[in-house]
Amino acid sequence: MRFGPDARRRLTLTGTFAAAVILAIMPFPTWAEPFRPDWVGLVLIYWCLAAPERVSVGTGWLLGFLQDVLYGSLLGSNALGKTLVAFLTVRLHLQLRMFPRWQQAVSVLGLLVANQLLVLWIRGAIGQAPETIGYWTPSVVGALLWPWLFVILRDLRRRGGIV
Amino acid sequence: MINVFGRAVGAPSNFTRLILLSALSVALMFLDHRGHHLEKIRAALNVLAYPIQLIAAAPAYVGGGVADFFTTRDALRQDNEKLLAERQALNARLQQFEALEEENARLRRMLGSAALVADKAIAAELVEVSTEPFTRKLVVAKGSRDGVYVGQSVIDAHGIMGQVTQVATNVSRVTLITDAGHAIPVLDNRSGLRMLVFGTGDPDSLKVPYLTSASDIKEGDLLVSSGMGGTFPPGYPVAQVDKIVNDPNEAFLAIAAKPAAQLNHGKQVMLIWRGTPPKNTDGAR
Repeated sequence: MRFGPDARRRLTLTGTFAAAVILAIMPFPTWAEPFRPDWVGLVLIYWCLAAPERVSVGTGWLLGFLQDVLYGSLLGSNALGKTLVAFLTVRLHLQLRMFPRWQQAVSVLGLLVANQLLVLWIRGAIGQAPETIGYWTPSVVGALLWPWLFVILRDLRRRGGIV
Repeated sequence: MINVFGRAVGAPSNFTRLILLSALSVALMFLDHRGHHLEKIRAALNVLAYPIQLIAAAPAYVGGGVADFFTTRDALRQDNEKLLAERQALNARLQQFEALEEENARLRRMLGSAALVADKAIAAELVEVSTEPFTRKLVVAKGSRDGVYVGQSVIDAHGIMGQVTQVATNVSRVTLITDAGHAIPVLDNRSGLRMLVFGTGDPDSLKVPYLTSASDIKEGDLLVSSGMGGTFPPGYPVAQVDKIVNDPNEAFLAIAAKPAAQLNHGKQVMLIWRGTPPKNTDGAR
C-alpha cells in the first residue's frame, strides 16, 4: 500500500505514540515494575524536541488524559504532568538539540522527574502517595535508555519523512 | 489567523495553551475527586479504553495459551490427582463446617442477635494490564451488566484482596488493600482487638498504625475483617502480623503485616455479593 507524504507523517507519529501507550500498560511482573520507564513521556519528549511545530502542549495533554483513563488514576493528573513536560521540552528544544547525547539524557532525567514530582504532589494531596523510594527509578531508567531511544526514533522520523 | 472582535489573532502561543490546559486538568481533578461528578463520563471512557487494554493484554494471553498447549498429559494427570486429594480433604472439613454453621445460627438465635449469612461469590477473569506505576489496582472483565457495584468486596481463595472502585458496563477496576491510602477495618483473631490496616503502595506489605505498646497484638496474629463500616463482609482473613517494632521515641508501634490473599498471582478473582439475611428470624436485631 502506498501512502502520501502527509499520511506517512501522521502514521509515524500515531504509530510511535500508540506503541508507547501499549508498552505503558503491558502486563509486567510486580517485582520489575519500578524498572519500567515512562514510555509515553520519553516518546513525547522526543517529538517535542524533533518536531515542535507538530507535537507540543496539546498532544501532551491528550496523551496524559489517555493515560489517566487507561490507568484509572485521577482524571487530569497525568494530563497536567505531560502538558508540563511538553511545554518545557518545546521551550528548550533549541538548546536540547545542541547538547551531546549524554547531556541530553541528563536533561531528559530532569523533565521526567519534574513530571513524576507533579504527579506525586497530586497523589499526595488526595492521600495516595506511594511510600517507596523506588518511585523514582522509572525516571532514571528512562534517562539511561534515552540515547538508544533517540537513535531509533530518529530513524523512524527520517523514514516517515518528518523534518 | 482567527478574527476575534474585529482583531486578527494568531493561533494561541504555547504558553497560553499551557495555562488553559493546566486549568482544564485542575478542574477535571476537582470534579473527579470531589463529589464524583464524572462517574458516567468515566464509565464511558473505560468502555472506550477496553479495546486498547485487550490489545496490550494480548501477548500475555497468547503466551499463556501456548504454555497451556504444551502442558504434558503427565503434568495434567498429576495436577488432577493433587486437586482430587485436596477436594477430598476440603469436603471432609466442610462436613464439620456445616454442622458448626447450624450450631452457630442456633446459638445466635438464643442470644437474640442476627444470624451471619453466607455470601454469594462469582469468579471474574482479570484483564492483564498494568495500572499506574506504584498503585495497586486490577482490571476485571466484569461490569455493571453483571451486577458489579462500587464498593463491592473482592476476594481470592486465601483472603480479602480489595474493593471495586470504578465500574463500566463490561469492565471494572479493583483497588487492592495494598494500594497507598487504602484502609480496611479488621480485628485480631486471637485477642479481638479492633484496628485499621492500611496499604502503603508496597506490593506485599501492609501497615497497622495507631496502636500503642499496651495493645494486645503479637507477631503471627491473624487479622480478619471486622465488617465495621459496612464495606467489607466480616470474618474473612485480611493479613498476618509480620513484624512489630516498639521504638520508645514513637507514640505508636510500627507494625508490618503481610496480606493473606495472593494479590500478585492468579488470573481470576472472586467478586462477592453479601447474602441477604432471612426475613422472619425469631431473633431480634
